[in-house]
Amino acid sequence: MKNEKQLFRFTTIGSVDNGKSTLIGRLLHDSKAIYKNQYEELENLKSLWHNDQVNLAHLTDGLKREREEGITIDVAYRYFSTPKRKFIISDSPGHLEYTRNMVTGSSNANAAVILIDAANGLDEQTKRHTIISSLLRIPHIIVCVNKMDKVGFKRQRFEEIRQDYESFSSKLQFSDVRFIPISALNGDNIVSKSQKMPWYDGTTLMYTLENMYFSGDKDLVNCRFPIQTIIQNNEGKYLSGTVAGGIFKKGDKVLVLPQEKTSTITRISLFDKEYVEAIPMQSVTMELADDIEIKRGDLIARPNNKPTVSTDIDAMICWFDDNKELEIGNDYIFFSLANESICKISSILYKLNIETLHRDLDFGKIEANDIARIQIKTTSNVLYDSYSKNRKMGSFILIDKTTNNTVAAGMIR
Amino acid sequence: MNYNIDYLEQLEAEAIFILREVFEQFNNSCLLFSGGKDSIVLIRLAQKAFFPNKIPFKILHIDTGYNFGEVISFRDKIIDKLNLDLTIASVEDLINDPNINTNDFSDRNRLQIPVLLNVIQKEGFDAAIGGGRRDEEKVRAKERVFSHRDKNGRWNPESQRAELWNLYNGNKNDGEHFRVFPLSNWTEMDIWNYISNENLEIPSIYFSHKRNVITRDGILLAKSDFIEFKEEDVFEKDVRCRTVGDITTTGLWESKATTIEDIIAEISVSNVGERGKRADDKLSLNSMEDRKRKGYF
Repeated sequence: MKNEKQLFRFTTIGSVDNGKSTLIGRLLHDSKAIYKNQYEELENLKSLWHNDQVNLAHLTDGLKREREEGITIDVAYRYFSTPKRKFIISDSPGHLEYTRNMVTGSSNANAAVILIDAANGLDEQTKRHTIISSLLRIPHIIVCVNKMDKVGFKRQRFEEIRQDYESFSSKLQFSDVRFIPISALNGDNIVSKSQKMPWYDGTTLMYTLENMYFSGDKDLVNCRFPIQTIIQNNEGKYLSGTVAGGIFKKGDKVLVLPQEKTSTITRISLFDKEYVEAIPMQSVTMELADDIEIKRGDLIARPNNKPTVSTDIDAMICWFDDNKELEIGNDYIFFSLANESICKISSILYKLNIETLHRDLDFGKIEANDIARIQIKTTSNVLYDSYSKNRKMGSFILIDKTTNNTVAAGMIR
Repeated sequence: MNYNIDYLEQLEAEAIFILREVFEQFNNSCLLFSGGKDSIVLIRLAQKAFFPNKIPFKILHIDTGYNFGEVISFRDKIIDKLNLDLTIASVEDLINDPNINTNDFSDRNRLQIPVLLNVIQKEGFDAAIGGGRRDEEKVRAKERVFSHRDKNGRWNPESQRAELWNLYNGNKNDGEHFRVFPLSNWTEMDIWNYISNENLEIPSIYFSHKRNVITRDGILLAKSDFIEFKEEDVFEKDVRCRTVGDITTTGLWESKATTIEDIIAEISVSNVGERGKRADDKLSLNSMEDRKRKGYF
């Protein structure tokens, strides 16, 4: 029996001044995810209050330095649950120097909740965040026009902001953008419908999060099963991993890459359960009819639908390293779901201005928090799809061989 | 037919993925097992991840010596049943070691740090898998799934590597190690729902039982040979544990819950987080961060 409760990840975008922590606090509070002892601890720390309100950021500003300096250094994860869904919020700090945190917080998100202050309208940070959401291919955008109480709950102001946002975001690749007028402080349109905005006939934020259709975001067509580990004993070879795309059925003819060997799935299982089919995100073990030489990083696909197998990669990257710039000719470790290979950067095509979308060809160097389009040459074949087709198959990180640090996040074009 | 995956199945799949990454990226990993609910879930996930073979990790118990007897017998039963390779590192041995200066005998919780770091070094473990969850404590909420430790076993929260998608970077230099937390995105409620779904056996102290207790700073503690008390202050209560730790610091909860379903019902209306009665966390706002920086779980 399949339970209908699903896991839904979203990232929250906007500054404390846009009422972000008030909004998160309200979602957590109304779904009873904050314990009384956690809240009381905050109330007692009046020195940390923000504009005479408890600053809920401190619920997750867990590090000493964050509390002392009143800043959020790192992405914070918060959890709440309703009867319909379990939610994971990745909340990233919004300053320019934290682009890498926004990228991190957006990487697994099913949706982005963008907060705009109704009185101030779109600001640079909103635009930056929106562009990053687009780069990271977050499928659904929920724009919350907050602090509607400050503009007399006027429809006209809401429509102005909606138009501004739409004209800005039309250049980006979003298929689903929604707008909700809210007041996080007073709870208007968060969980229950606002009596003060009868002109708004859409759904509340909580209803949207709970009911938004996102099953269609998965790739159910292109079968991809990257081999994570091979469990072997006298009885057989169990190819284990997580389905990255498509639906695999027992009896399916499959193609093992890069060997280009065909075989048939004889069994799909996990522990004491056997499955007729395996779907994206499911962790399974597959057994094949033929004993093919196979290793971690190889991939099972279907004969007429293969990923790219190549040593050349064209990608957008966000550079992370504070201490070193991106260097052409340097060796890095290319690390993706299916592969690990030494690589070199063969060229940097341009740096992307994340406020104007301008392609800067005369960029000098690529430093921490910069976003650039680059070309990579790996020393061994890499199996991938474009990030726009499959986020799991098209994402990678670069690791610095000398420091072992994760120095870049990449999205294959 | 809908192609949706249930949230617990997804959490399970993500945790299994992490456990398999540990197996592939490290040479000598251990799984920290306390006999508590989170480590029981970890054991089940590891069973699933490597089935039909047995769990490929050594099992490590950091023993403070101040245990609930029920937990130790439960531990031994599981180890035996699954034919696992158990290593016990004991605080008692450290205290009795004449070469090591342990000034602060009163606090065995802190002594777990050198004990853990010693055994990691002695056994050459390059990864230690733990049951920490981001929802239980806000310092944990900032920690990576693959959490790097330097040569001295120290955690530096400000220079953590970015962790994106499900790509876990376990590269390191000799002598360094990783702590790995496959349950990072699980909540206390998820753990209980999983235990219920999988029908997992747990130590009896999680269920309501009659016990002689005393009160310390508003917290109910079990009467044991390891704490000082006056006989007239001891009274009997129906209590249970919400977390399993050292018997001298694990606060007990008044409860009538006798089944997993009772426990789930009880937690869903609780006002206080599960660590709300852990005397070891109450020391100060920075106590968890201070301990973690030095090498705590």
